[in-house]
Amino acid sequence: MHELPVTESILKIVLAHAEKNDVRRVMTIQLQVGRLSHLEDEPMQRYFDYVSRGTLAEGAKLQIERTPIRLTCNACAKIYTVDDASQINIPCPHCGKKDVTLISGREYFIKNMEVM
Amino acid sequence: MDGVRMIEVKEEIMADNNQVAAGVRERLRRQKTMLVNLMSSPGSGKTSLILKTAQALKGSIKLGVIEADIESKVDAEKVAAQGIPAVQLRTGGFCHLDATMVTQGLEALDKKDFDLLIIENVGNLVCPAEFDTGAHKNVMILSVPEGDDKPIKYPLMFSICDVLLVNKIDYLSLSDFDMDVMRKIVLALNPEIKIIEISCKTGAGISDWVDWLKKEVTAFRRA
Repeated sequence: MHELPVTESILKIVLAHAEKNDVRRVMTIQLQVGRLSHLEDEPMQRYFDYVSRGTLAEGAKLQIERTPIRLTCNACAKIYTVDDASQINIPCPHCGKKDVTLISGREYFIKNMEVM
Repeated sequence: MDGVRMIEVKEEIMADNNQVAAGVRERLRRQKTMLVNLMSSPGSGKTSLILKTAQALKGSIKLGVIEADIESKVDAEKVAAQGIPAVQLRTGGFCHLDATMVTQGLEALDKKDFDLLIIENVGNLVCPAEFDTGAHKNVMILSVPEGDDKPIKYPLMFSICDVLLVNKIDYLSLSDFDMDVMRKIVLALNPEIKIIEISCKTGAGISDWVDWLKKEVTAFRRA
């Protein structure tokens, strides 16, 4: 599945930052992945272990933080959070209207990394 | 000295693809070519729909097709046999098309003066939803034999599409597919989506779909 291109992309970005910062080894990589993503932690780590072999990031642990699905109500402008995709279009808990815009929940973001 | 330190990265993992996709969209907009990304499960009727669509558009809209498959090129051969310019991209095991592959497809098409290009994405309801191809419109097919519960299982796909084509409605009498239930779930995920019931076999609903396409292509050319 698409763990492969995603982990390759993570590795590319991580190695670019490692080079700029004279890193000898990457220990952990902190990621933010939106709750609407289908990617699971364990396969991501396995793919990352595979693509990172022989690089400075070999053995690095992915710490994946799931970012919430946040919506803004177009009627009353309040922002609120839901647990999963099925709740995206429930009426706004503040004003009861059903007109929302998704503001987060689909992101794939590298926050930072611990290195030596 | 040898301590562990923290480096701020703050980068979008998909930034590369999103950038290429935005480039594709912009380039085709200048060429007045509308790009439609067609997605569905394997076997729900993407190639049949493209063939039906091509027949209906003949003489009015210049159509080209970019086919994507993990291995074979049977789809492109079927489409090309109808006289429609088509290229086949083999994704080599990948489960989806990304914007870079679409760029290769655009380059492989000899002509550039299309009004409409349709991408037939890899048959899969999961991964293609995550990767922007550079298309101006996303269209998906759900076929009746797959069941009315698919929007619950693959919400992202249903939430990113502009049009949902419910294909194989000629099977409805043989199945317990509940159209009203399915519509309700889909519209809750995506209130803007246009749902059109079709059968590539009997031709039912195809004219509604083709009318939508023609209207969009006309609006796109004027924009």
